[in-house]
Amino acid sequence: MEKSPVNSPKLNPVQHHTLPSQVVKADEPELVAAAKSGDISAFDTLVNRYERKIFRLTQNITQNREDAEDAMQEAFLKAYEHLDNFEGNSRFYTWLVRIAVNQALMKLRRRRPNVVSLDEEIDTGEDTMPREIEDWGPSPSDRYEQTEMGDILSKAIGDLDPSFRIVFQLRDIEQLSTEETAEALGLSVPAVKSRLLRARLKLRQRLNPYFRRGANS
Amino acid sequence: MRCRDIVRELADYLDEALDPTLRASIEEHLCKCEDCRIVVDTTKQTIDIFCNSEPAPLPQTTRQRLHEALAKRLRRARPGASPQA
Repeated sequence: MEKSPVNSPKLNPVQHHTLPSQVVKADEPELVAAAKSGDISAFDTLVNRYERKIFRLTQNITQNREDAEDAMQEAFLKAYEHLDNFEGNSRFYTWLVRIAVNQALMKLRRRRPNVVSLDEEIDTGEDTMPREIEDWGPSPSDRYEQTEMGDILSKAIGDLDPSFRIVFQLRDIEQLSTEETAEALGLSVPAVKSRLLRARLKLRQRLNPYFRRGANS
Repeated sequence: MRCRDIVRELADYLDEALDPTLRASIEEHLCKCEDCRIVVDTTKQTIDIFCNSEPAPLPQTTRQRLHEALAKRLRRARPGASPQA
C-alpha cells in the first residue's frame, strides 16, 4: 500500500495516552489510610469514586450483567477485608482493578469454562494487515450522543475474543502499564503486546463503519 | 521499512516504546505512505475514544444492592470499625 511521496505530509504527533496517575486523586493515600484504621466513610468515598469504572470493567470482562454486579461487589468487599495487605507500593486503584479482574475472570470461567484460557497460545495465523483503510476525520466521536456512543463501544469490545478484550480493557481503558497488565493476567509481556496489537486493530476495524468520513451524516 | 513492518511495530510506536532509530524509520515511512498514516491515526483515535469514554452511571438498583451489601458486610468484616457511613 506504499504510495509515492506526497507534498508536505502531515504527521499527527503521536502522544502517549493518559497515564494511570490521571485517575488517582491526591487524597487517595489519606482515604486509604483512614479506611485502614477503620473509617468506613473513607472507604465509602473510594467506592463512590470508582464504582462506575469497576462496574464497566467487570461488565466488559464477563459480558453478563448479573456476574458483573456480583464481581464488583466481591471486589469491593475483598478490597476492604484485605486493606491491611495493601502496602501502598502501587496505586490503590491498580490494586482494586486487579482484585476486580480476578473476580470477573472467575465468573467468566464458571459460566464459560471452555472459552477462557488466558494463557493459551493465540492463533497468529490470521493476517493482521488492516483491510479497511479510510480516514475518520477530526473528532469522529462527536458525531454521536453519549448514550449511542456508549452502545457502539460496548458492542465493539463485547464482540472481541475474551483474551483480546481483557488485555485491551486493562491496558488501554484502565491504563495499567504493559508490565502491570502482564502480571495481573499471568501473561508474558510479549503475549500482552501481541494481544493488545490485535485488539486495537480489531476495534479500529469495528469502529470504522461508524467513524469513517461520511458515516452518520 | 514496509507497511507490514509498520503494523508489526504499531502498538509499541503508539506507546512510545520504540528506540529512536526505529521510530525515525517508521516516521520516514509514514511521511510517504498515506495508507499507513491513516491506519496509525485511526488506531490512535480508537484507543483515545475508549480511553476517554466516561463509564455510564451505575443502574440505580445495582448501586443500591452494592451499597447495601457493603453496609451489611463491612461492619461484620471489621467489628471494631467506626460506623460513620
